[in-house]
Amino acid sequence: MTPVLKTVRLVKIYQDGAVPVPAVRGVDLQVEPGEFVAIMGPSGSGKSTLVHMLGGLDTRTSGEIWLDDHRVDTLSESAWALLRRKKIGFVFQFFNLVANMTVGDNVELPALLAGASPKVARERRESLLGALNLGERADAAPAQLSGGEQQRVALARALANQPSVLLADEPTGNLDSRNTRDVLRLLGDVHKEGQTIVMVTHDARVASLADRVVSLFDGEIADDGRIARRRTGTVGEVIDLR
Amino acid sequence: MRLHLLALLAKEPAHGYELKQALEQTFGSAYPSPNIGQIYVTLGRLEKDGLVRAVDVEQSNRPNKKVYYLTAKGRELLTTWVDEPTEGPRVRDEFFMKLVLAPLTGIADRMALINRQRRHYLSLMRDLNDLLSRTPPTDRVAMLLIEGAMLHLQADLDWLERCQEDLA
Repeated sequence: MTPVLKTVRLVKIYQDGAVPVPAVRGVDLQVEPGEFVAIMGPSGSGKSTLVHMLGGLDTRTSGEIWLDDHRVDTLSESAWALLRRKKIGFVFQFFNLVANMTVGDNVELPALLAGASPKVARERRESLLGALNLGERADAAPAQLSGGEQQRVALARALANQPSVLLADEPTGNLDSRNTRDVLRLLGDVHKEGQTIVMVTHDARVASLADRVVSLFDGEIADDGRIARRRTGTVGEVIDLR
Repeated sequence: MRLHLLALLAKEPAHGYELKQALEQTFGSAYPSPNIGQIYVTLGRLEKDGLVRAVDVEQSNRPNKKVYYLTAKGRELLTTWVDEPTEGPRVRDEFFMKLVLAPLTGIADRMALINRQRRHYLSLMRDLNDLLSRTPPTDRVAMLLIEGAMLHLQADLDWLERCQEDLA
């Protein structure tokens, strides 16, 4: 099977200050279709930088990035932008919705930008908002929504073009526990439908929903493994579990 | 289980089977299914220690049943238990000992230990997530127990990160 995403000896060195700062130091990562990968690590371990490079939001210093069997790190900025619209969905910690557009238009925009007909874009908007239980909020402005609702809108927008991969950077980092639960349930649902997901998080509860956890340390992969599933019975046994 | 039974008897006198039912009702699935034999054994010991006393209650077509009630001494012990702060989780646990001693053994390095322990904690977290999604929201004490276990695990994982940063 061809991996959806692949990096080869990927490196990022920030050269803004007097001293160059290596953020990612030679990462080889492969993500298979349908996989849900969580990327964890202490702050400063390079996890956000890595996922930003995967989404073309940050340039690499050296190494390769492959998306659906195409090398993308060598593309021009405009070619990358074009590809990104079609193949990558992005969810951030702070939603990043367009403030002066309605919720519905926020979700419809990516399809229009990617060249879908207005009719198709409208249909997709409606089915996504319906699926995320936001049908009645379509005409509201993002600011009128709670944080959890805004993040669901951001998720709908990210999924609008049926991307090859959904990249998420601390998608629950700004949510309370109830909204976190809602967003996680949605991520779980789209994953079950086959969506490939790469998610950066420092929250172990969120990470444990993934199939696989990649632990970064100091810009390198320190550990990469599947999360075993065991079965526990009643809650009472949880006490004995530890 | 001694103090749990004393607490239930502080509410009202009861016989053994009623105590089993009361445990089940109070804790939902948050208490490992109480064994009736264990309850009777515990009541016997509590009686011997003067913490409860029993009276025989006649039943028309069955053997007498013993109804237990709390003594003043029992109430005192219960009050002490409730009023005392409870010890937090033990921090110098088995893993900590391994982590400190591992480099001396030459069997595993600290990074390998930390990575293995992280995977283990994450798989526990995954179980707790599954459990939480299968627990009816009406079972409030069970939900709280799971959330508590999750927060402890998160703290353990944060601590592993600190170990990684300091020992790497």
